[in-house]
Amino acid sequence: MEKITNDFNKIPAEKFAFVNRGEKLTDTKFVDKPVGYFKDAWIRFCKNKGSIVAAVIIMFILLFAFLTPVFFTRYDQTFMDVYYAKKPSRNLWLSEHFGIATGTTTRDFNERSLITKIGIGIGAEDHDGTGTVTLEEGMASYYQPMKEIGEGVEITGLIGAKDKTIYTCTLDSYLEFGFQYRSIEQDEYKKIRDWEEKTGIQVLYPLVEENEWCLDPTDANYWYKTKKGTPVKLNKNGKAKEIPYEPGMVLEDNYVRDAEGNAVYYTFTGGGDLDTAHYKVRVLYYNYYRYLNGFEPEYMFGTDSQGYDLMLRLASGIKLSFLVALAVSAINLTIGAVYGAIEGYYGGTTDLVMERITDILMNVPFIVVATLFQLHLSGKLGPIPCLLFAYVTTGWIGMAYRVRTQFYRFKNQEYVMAARTLGARDSRIIWKHIFPNSLGTIITSCVLVIPGVIFSESMLSFLGIVKLGNETTTSLGTLLSDASSIWMDYPHLMIFPALVISLLEICFNLFGNGLRDAFNPSLRGVEE
Amino acid sequence: MLKYVIKRVVLLFVTLFIITTICFVLIKLLPWELPQEAAQKESMMRRLEAQGYNKPILVQYGRYLKNVILHHDFGTSWKIEKTQPVWSVFKKRFAPTVLINLYSLLVSIPIGIMFGIYAAIKKNKWQDQLISTSVMIFVSVPSYVYAFLVQYFLYFKLGWLPPTVYSLADAGGSWFTWKMFISMLPPVIALSFGSIASLCRFTRAELTETLTSDYMLLARTKGLTRAQATSRHAMKNAMVPILPMILGGFIDIMSGSFIIEKIFSVPGVGQLYIQSITLLDYDVFMMDTVFYVFIGLLGGIVTDLSYGFIDPRIRMGEK
Repeated sequence: MEKITNDFNKIPAEKFAFVNRGEKLTDTKFVDKPVGYFKDAWIRFCKNKGSIVAAVIIMFILLFAFLTPVFFTRYDQTFMDVYYAKKPSRNLWLSEHFGIATGTTTRDFNERSLITKIGIGIGAEDHDGTGTVTLEEGMASYYQPMKEIGEGVEITGLIGAKDKTIYTCTLDSYLEFGFQYRSIEQDEYKKIRDWEEKTGIQVLYPLVEENEWCLDPTDANYWYKTKKGTPVKLNKNGKAKEIPYEPGMVLEDNYVRDAEGNAVYYTFTGGGDLDTAHYKVRVLYYNYYRYLNGFEPEYMFGTDSQGYDLMLRLASGIKLSFLVALAVSAINLTIGAVYGAIEGYYGGTTDLVMERITDILMNVPFIVVATLFQLHLSGKLGPIPCLLFAYVTTGWIGMAYRVRTQFYRFKNQEYVMAARTLGARDSRIIWKHIFPNSLGTIITSCVLVIPGVIFSESMLSFLGIVKLGNETTTSLGTLLSDASSIWMDYPHLMIFPALVISLLEICFNLFGNGLRDAFNPSLRGVEE
Repeated sequence: MLKYVIKRVVLLFVTLFIITTICFVLIKLLPWELPQEAAQKESMMRRLEAQGYNKPILVQYGRYLKNVILHHDFGTSWKIEKTQPVWSVFKKRFAPTVLINLYSLLVSIPIGIMFGIYAAIKKNKWQDQLISTSVMIFVSVPSYVYAFLVQYFLYFKLGWLPPTVYSLADAGGSWFTWKMFISMLPPVIALSFGSIASLCRFTRAELTETLTSDYMLLARTKGLTRAQATSRHAMKNAMVPILPMILGGFIDIMSGSFIIEKIFSVPGVGQLYIQSITLLDYDVFMMDTVFYVFIGLLGGIVTDLSYGFIDPRIRMGEK
């Protein structure tokens, strides 16, 4: 040991040489780029597959909301067809190739109503009014609403009622509406005739006689002779004979006929001159719709309870919910961050007083705040500003609390003291030195606010406290609340909005949690 | 401890008083909707006059507080049940809300904690992934979606349960009959999904934390098996935050859920609130508001105080 140290001490002078003599000494450049706070968070976020998937789904939902009015639907926001309200989804291409979105519903029918529905198809084949179309021809018709007729089930033993047969059938709910009486002008009549000629699609059908054999003169679907609802055939001496439901059935028509026995398509109902004269005609509504709009009724998501395109309503609901959520997020950010910063930075009495204020505000239930704002101001300002006011009142407290905690953590650190020693003003210390530390928390809670807002908005409109729906805009909650009493019969009214809300909730929560883990890995797994 | 409790209770009443004052003033400022017909309008006006509704708001407030504190008189219901005292209208709505939420809580506590413990023990294995993912989904999906699903499958498709809660008369005049219990099952099931999920998530988070602490390592080195160490040491410590949450939940059962009560037409407190808004029955609205504020405050204080009783080192809300 000793020997070696001695050796070091006695190195001869000539063995020494200058290193780097005449060269400039500089630090070597970093080979890698420095990883900052946000970059670090981004790397961690990318590792979280669930959050990435959630973010992608959110993107798709937003794209859907903003692009639907432009690309995915041919309807505009004011397009409404009262006769095609509450109809399930229907897309001809999909139903032909995949058998989905067929627009069909399944219901039970007794024999009489079954024949009425089948009669629509038979009647649609018989536009010349020959009255010779058979059941088989009618069933093959494009306009036949009955798609499948189940086996009849005999129901016997009902007290006070006759035995009956019940058929469970699948029918196209767009064709189900069948025929309709309309009052049109002469011009219109000519236009329809021209259109019929051009396209080969029949719109106008023979009128029906209003006699004892017509069950209901306002319902254009009873074109055949009936007695108490049962189809009958008149034999030569005018006696009615019931027609049973069996293969080869031919219903006896009840059309209005002129002297030569030809079917009559219009009748003059009133009006003075050429412009005001009105004619009663009988139209097949499905084709009349095609004549009016130039396309067949196809609604990817069906129609809502008033007859608007549900896809468009959904898109506008998502847009509204999302915009409200964004606005609330922005409000929270401003008020909550400033409030929390002041509270946390000054501490002491300021903190105590401000804490009491938030204590009080926090304990007023949000639903009460929202209700009071609606009752007081919705008449003057409209429901959406009132909803925003309600969030302004209480929504930012969580954010303020989190920012305050961050400030307590950082305000006594050495670098803050150094800044103060250098003469920095309070505002500079707050915004420049401490605030950036709480950015991660703030971004996270901004995102996590969104699902909460979407949920509470849908809850408030569902309960009827906030009324957001009108003909051009609607909210997801309004769609749900419209559907809530009738959805058992029209499940699609409930399924699509509920699905969208659930997806949004799940994805925003996943996305927010992912952000929180990314910004603050030490909080992983802790639920706020 | 006693000083701390008293301080919290006093603070509770101060907060309650301030919120009540604000709400009272705001509700009093709302316009009255008087009947169209002249005679009815006249009699209504006279009734309101007799109750002192035309006096300045502060005078009315003093009178209101006096009535509430001395006589438990919260005013008169004008629309929901004509000229009945609000308290008696309210009292009737209390039982169904409490019962439904109580059943739901009793169902969800054992199931939620069980799943939570299982997930924590199997941490990062596929069982934990499965439970955590489904918990994430169940927590996020809004409660009314469950309500619709329950109605659709259990009533519409299978026909096992009725779609809505029976009225008192239909179920034999008591809230405790078997028939009533059956009809309460759908809302109970719909409520339970969410609370099971959140309880499970909370339990898992707490237990995973205690399972990795040093005293667990010590317990294992002493020779305890994994099961023994978990049940004797980890569970007890994990229960410190879980128990207060459950206790707070027992207070919250009184407030109920607006949406669930609406969907299943439960004649409860939440439905009364909605009715009082749509019919503009202000005294009922006021009472319900005060009730909700009180329940919220009470839930908070019970949760915080029970921390102190379970673990005397903890003083929630103290600096």
